[in-house]
Amino acid sequence: MAETKFTFTEKKDTRSGFGDGLLEAGRNNEQVVGLCADLIGSLKMGAFQKEFPDRFFQTGIAEANMMGLAAGMTIGGKIPFTGTFANFSTGRVYDQIRQSIAYSEKNVKICASHAGVTLGEDGATHQILEDIGMMRMLPNMTVINPCDYNQTKAATLAIADYQGPVYLRFGRPKVPIFTPDNQKFEIGKAINMIEGSDVTIFATGHLVWEAIEAEAILREKGISVELINIHTIKPIDEAAILKSISKTRCVVTAEEHQRNGGLGDAVAQVLAQHNPTPQEYVAVDDQFGESGKPEQLMKKYGLDAEHIVAAVEKVIKRK
Amino acid sequence: MASQANIQELEKIASQVRRDIVRMVHAVNSGHPGGSLGCTDFFVALYFHILKHNIEFDMDAKKEDLFFLSNGHISPVWYSVLARSGYFEVSELSTFRKINSRLQGHPTTEEHLPGIRIASGSLGQGLSAALGAAQTKKLNNEDNLVYVLMGDGELQEGQIWEAAMYGAHHKVDNIIATVDYNGQQIDGPISEVMDLKDLKAKWQAFGWEVIESNGNNMSEIIKSLEHAKSLTGKGKPVLNLMKTEMGYGVDFMQGTHKWHGVAPNDDELANALSQLEETLGDY
Ligand SMILES: Cc1ncc(C[n+]2csc(CCOP(=O)(O)OP(=O)(O)O)c2C)c(N)n1
Ligand SMILES: [Mg+2]
Repeated sequence: MAETKFTFTEKKDTRSGFGDGLLEAGRNNEQVVGLCADLIGSLKMGAFQKEFPDRFFQTGIAEANMMGLAAGMTIGGKIPFTGTFANFSTGRVYDQIRQSIAYSEKNVKICASHAGVTLGEDGATHQILEDIGMMRMLPNMTVINPCDYNQTKAATLAIADYQGPVYLRFGRPKVPIFTPDNQKFEIGKAINMIEGSDVTIFATGHLVWEAIEAEAILREKGISVELINIHTIKPIDEAAILKSISKTRCVVTAEEHQRNGGLGDAVAQVLAQHNPTPQEYVAVDDQFGESGKPEQLMKKYGLDAEHIVAAVEKVIKRK
Repeated sequence: MASQANIQELEKIASQVRRDIVRMVHAVNSGHPGGSLGCTDFFVALYFHILKHNIEFDMDAKKEDLFFLSNGHISPVWYSVLARSGYFEVSELSTFRKINSRLQGHPTTEEHLPGIRIASGSLGQGLSAALGAAQTKKLNNEDNLVYVLMGDGELQEGQIWEAAMYGAHHKVDNIIATVDYNGQQIDGPISEVMDLKDLKAKWQAFGWEVIESNGNNMSEIIKSLEHAKSLTGKGKPVLNLMKTEMGYGVDFMQGTHKWHGVAPNDDELANALSQLEETLGDY
């Protein structure tokens, strides 16, 4: 295989990027407070808890209460970061988020780990694949899904400075670190990772690395890929999408999420309205996940580099 | 009443189930041994002595007692006991948490594993389902009982208390709900994470008939479950506050939250197995 355009020397979990970012955000701004529902270790919130015990609140296994508490804490100026698994951060507490946070315009940062199939062996009860859809449907909500440790840390710092409700989604497994250390994270601004002319891949989260690998495979086959990292799914960077497709004229979207409601649908909306363009989805096809190793599940559920390559070859034929 | 010989037989099964549990989680380096080991004696007593059930699995379970596991993370003990009861081959235990397995990390109906009637894993939901199933038994004029197990940390979920209120209000007196009262959860002892205070008084105040029991002594478990049965049909739901020790049966896993969701390494497995007699043959 040709060399990938990005390389890495280290793998780390994105949830550690969140934990380290939260600690730094806490040092930068004493209004930052943390809440967690009996998953301090999994969410990597231990360092924050240790350094700021008075600004950290263990809620026990009571996520609905945690969301309500966080909403209340914003009144008077606190900036609450809630931590639990992505499933229990969204579906479990949808109405609490909807009424007390989104509708009430509260400055709560909903931080969600173990999203998608890559949490592995715990299986479908924990592998939420609908969270991006649920969260992006809520008015006032910003939805962010960074791709590696460095970007997750930068995103955590950025949302602390942003006024308004945010859903920040990250994961469990160790994945390559390929974006710059100490990058500036601009909410809502897509990042053009690789320039190309035959097809645009819009990828988010763990799928950005898979797309980098797919690009190398496709380059060998003579296909020129443009790769854009959509870390912010809402508000989506319409200008970046439209600019790229005016050149490439076809699109593959790639995400660790159901095809219903996620990044693919967000991009499709932009295209349908402004510039209808052939599009293929790399996403989970209306199924629940299952137990297994992350790599096995990425393959079985059609989310790895190989599936991106196949989607690109298919969409180019539709131009 | 169980005879002494009977008790010894059950204890032998429990030893084998504990071996299954540690071997299953070790094989995939994931899963939840602590709660599984602590509840092993309860599961064995239930499936091999108390429950009126049919291993030819039928979802609707007419004329059978029902069991629901609300704290789905302790699936290893349930899978082992279901297999050892004959619901499926014990060799299938080796597929636990692997891809394409019916033995999912948390119990599911999607893979049609015999013995499972509803998915669990997201905590706090099982008591509601069990109460619903108990009411269906009544509507169908069946006099069988419904059993459900919950974790004590799990009781921090608000839905549990919505269900508790409902069970008493609607006089669902054909249910025996048991709490695995091990005093531990993921982040530490319950008293430090989110104190449950006087649990007995809470359930009583919600209108339940409460008994207290020891969940790591086979003859006492049988006695308490039989006592619980005698309290059904009297207009109140029954709550069995069952003291256990997390990790019971493996000395270095005992009494700490550290083994809630961590698998033993090779040496730790060997150590654990040396403490547990192989009575029925490993899978
Ligand atoms: C709704 C929900 N929130 C959080 C979790 C993560 N979780 C799994 S087990 C557990 C602790 C459960 O404590 P307890 O019920 O006492 O079980 P034990 O640790 O004693 O086995 C937590 C927080 C979950 N599975 N579901
Ligand atoms: Mg417990």
